[in-house]
Amino acid sequence: MTKKSHQQIARELKTETFHQAKWNEPIIFELSDPTQQAVVANAPDEKVRSAGAPADFIPAEIRRKTPPALPQLGQMQVLKHFLRLSQENLGADFNIDIGQGTCTMKYSPKINESFVRSHKIADSHPLAPVKALQGTLEIYHKTDLLLREISGLDRFTFQPRSGTQGILAMASIIRKYHEANQPGNQRDQIITTMFSHPSDAAAAHVLGYEIITLQQDPVTGLPSFEDLQKAVGPRTAGLLITNPEDTGIFNPHIKKFTDLLHSVGALAGYDQANANGLLGITRAKEAGFDMCFFNLHKTFSVPHGCGGPACGAVGVVEKLIPHLPCPLVEFDGKSYWLNSDMPLSVGKIGSFLGVIPAVVRTYAWMRALGAAGLKKVAQIAVLNNNYLLSKITKITGASAPYAAGAHRIEQVRYSWQELHEQTGVSTHDITNRMCDHGMHMWSSHHPFIVPEPMTIEPTEAYAQAELDEYVRALESVAREAYTDPETVKTAPHRSCISQIDHSSFDDPQKWAMTWRAYKRKYPEEFTQNQSAE
Amino acid sequence: MSENHKSHPYIPNSAPAVVEKMLAQIGASSIEELYQTIPQDLRIDREMDMPPALESEYQLTRHMNSLLKKNKSGQDCLCFAGAGCAMHYVPAICDEINQRSEFLTAYAGEPYEDLGRFQALFEYASMLGELVECEAVNIPTYDWNQAAATSIRMAHRITKRDQILISELIDPDRLSTIENYCRSALEIVPVKHDSQTGLIDLADLKAKLSPRSAGFYFETPSFVGTLETQVAKIADLVRQAGGISIAGVDPISLGVVNPPAVMGVDITCGDLQPLGIHMNSGGGQAGFIATADDPIFVQEYPSRLFGISKTVRAGEWGFGDILFDDRTSFGARENGKEFVGTASALWGITAGVYLALMGPTGMSQLGETIIANANYAKSQIAKLPGVSVRNPQGAIFKEFVVDFAGAPVTSTQAIDALFEQDIIAGVDLTGKLTGYENCMLICVTEIHTSQEIDQLTAALSSILK
Repeated sequence: MTKKSHQQIARELKTETFHQAKWNEPIIFELSDPTQQAVVANAPDEKVRSAGAPADFIPAEIRRKTPPALPQLGQMQVLKHFLRLSQENLGADFNIDIGQGTCTMKYSPKINESFVRSHKIADSHPLAPVKALQGTLEIYHKTDLLLREISGLDRFTFQPRSGTQGILAMASIIRKYHEANQPGNQRDQIITTMFSHPSDAAAAHVLGYEIITLQQDPVTGLPSFEDLQKAVGPRTAGLLITNPEDTGIFNPHIKKFTDLLHSVGALAGYDQANANGLLGITRAKEAGFDMCFFNLHKTFSVPHGCGGPACGAVGVVEKLIPHLPCPLVEFDGKSYWLNSDMPLSVGKIGSFLGVIPAVVRTYAWMRALGAAGLKKVAQIAVLNNNYLLSKITKITGASAPYAAGAHRIEQVRYSWQELHEQTGVSTHDITNRMCDHGMHMWSSHHPFIVPEPMTIEPTEAYAQAELDEYVRALESVAREAYTDPETVKTAPHRSCISQIDHSSFDDPQKWAMTWRAYKRKYPEEFTQNQSAE
Repeated sequence: MSENHKSHPYIPNSAPAVVEKMLAQIGASSIEELYQTIPQDLRIDREMDMPPALESEYQLTRHMNSLLKKNKSGQDCLCFAGAGCAMHYVPAICDEINQRSEFLTAYAGEPYEDLGRFQALFEYASMLGELVECEAVNIPTYDWNQAAATSIRMAHRITKRDQILISELIDPDRLSTIENYCRSALEIVPVKHDSQTGLIDLADLKAKLSPRSAGFYFETPSFVGTLETQVAKIADLVRQAGGISIAGVDPISLGVVNPPAVMGVDITCGDLQPLGIHMNSGGGQAGFIATADDPIFVQEYPSRLFGISKTVRAGEWGFGDILFDDRTSFGARENGKEFVGTASALWGITAGVYLALMGPTGMSQLGETIIANANYAKSQIAKLPGVSVRNPQGAIFKEFVVDFAGAPVTSTQAIDALFEQDIIAGVDLTGKLTGYENCMLICVTEIHTSQEIDQLTAALSSILK
């Protein structure tokens, strides 16, 4: 095949004419027709019916008077409605989804979906006799062993249902450890950093901890050891920190940090939401951490599901195992069983054993890669990130604050400050305009420490040509900001909808988070239809 | 991973030729150079110790199937296990929608490129709102445990009181989650129930309500299956004491059972798993919280709340976050309400699809079928000599408790013996719930036929002889 013999679509034009699906789909209640039903519910059989009329079993005081006012549609009409909504959603499978930094949007292998859709997982009951759960428990145990090797820690639980719940579990373990070892202790503070996830502060605060947040050094972008020294004391219960932080800058002094925490009897917890560049490279153990958590829905390929279900896998050193959430999965050499005899446990962080399908996918993903493959994941994620860094910092108006000239690990928090000052176009506007190219671009968590931020994490999953395509779209939008800022500020133009009116979202008189609230607050929009209803 | 010139299938840029090109662009001589900020003493100087990679998809599939086949699922057995996760029928369209790449692999985009997620979750909240008769519904949290714990924290913040009364008949695992989550702010005081009916002991509730009470949390059906008939009285008592009433419910009961909000309850919470979501080995849970659309309540939710709006172009619906900046931890870190993050959005979308499929008629029919099947099972098993049904005078929805106190076998032995006949008879309450040693919780739903219930009864009968 001669490469030039057929006319390829020029890649630089590819996203310039993209248009997302635009169905103008009504709210499902607007489609309702009382003559329709989508499924027929199973009725009780003859023998059951002969034993008593269903209505007789419902005490009169609590019998529902009118059926719920749910929409009524035919089956295909329900299907079509939600399929159309799905087309108006840009999943990672469609997208060059590197613009959602901190979230590690990578390939979720399709074969792994077949394992969790199997009735052996999908229709398995979590409290069935352990004899019925031997496959699940073996996968659970073997995933634990693999994560022990990746982290150097001694035991994992998969009970937490997200990264934030993993953080809550770590903070709970810190509290339980101090209560068990130092009854009546005065340790009421948890230290974190500004570039660690907001949940490190928020989840620990729920447990009653005062939060001390270390700010970053303006040159290195890292929290300083001197600031940590000032913060640490007899009231310190623990540290919850990411490394690299959301800037992608690795803190080389991390061992000094954890040593200092230990010197005052406090614990060090490692938020490993940003682990994707570190697999097989460096571990929680060598950095002196007592515990860590991994997001199985980020680093370990579990699909994000529009925001869960998920798993924050929490690992601990030996001395903290008694404080893990119960039960623990144990193996006696022959079979697997559940150990609930844990008097010093933090108890149940979440229900059952957590999101088992996330554990199954994680196990399959790790087994498909092996030790060398996992390290390759990390290396290529870092390669891709630095490749993008070299290209994005050449775009007029973009920069990468802190640690000038240094390589980053798996992501970078860029800034559009210069572009904003010169054109008035904000990072928010660029996000909206990137939608017109079929791409997502995320700024950062609040507050915006990096001005006009943009956080990019390419992971290992995207081909060089895709990274180039994303950069071309960014370049195109940046160029447009200088030549035609109005087009950027009024974006999106080729998405499912135009700019949203935000005026109602903070106003109790106007907001509506359900259709029934909307109908009550905006009666004028429904007067025409009243006779039809 | 075998060393060759090709990339790993999941890592396109891992081919050596591509690596070289990309390093040249960066101006680095090796990947190792990119890691120079990580000190050598923090490095692993060996390959990780792991079993060899299963390189072909076929090898991986064989290995995974060899593990999965060791499970016995609800398809392999008759399954009567419940206790917060139960086998209901999942209409095909629920899976069709939640398996779509567009929803399955999306995460946190803007309402412009992810309009579908925002609208589907708004519609979910709207339909759940119809089921529970509330105008405010959250984007779901992890599970019922978290929904209950957060509802209690909301009551604490609203009333600024430091004690929560909790029915002693809630799921003990949920109580454990609540204790860990709430104890820094609230003392937990248990409230008794009547052992004949399973109903809340109103005299005990009344005696324990005080100016310290942030509120009262109870479940209907209770953990042992009994329906609470005094909901209106409970809500009244709690309100008179200046507290917040919180009811945990099974949403699939609400086609036939009156929603607590209609009877005066302030906060309704529960789990979405029964609504079109497979049991998923416990991974199908999703917690909902619902209240009136009153800013006093709305500003206390930690979850995302998706509001509906218009756009600059006529005829378009738009969506966005209600009270994002000051209310959520995304906006305000530890000064927000509790925390928010990844939770169980895909199951929210799925529950919405389910409610749209069922409609009002379907939910009513379903509720009738479940309550009839469960009562049939209860009446059949109650006839067996040697066992008794607990809370015999209580109304039930889909679960009831069988006591083995007078039986020749324990509840634990009974479960093991029936499993040998491919029947998962129920959940053993031994060691789980105080006062319910040697008891089994049995769950019956719309999927069970009288024949299957008779099979369970006969199998139980044979081991009681």
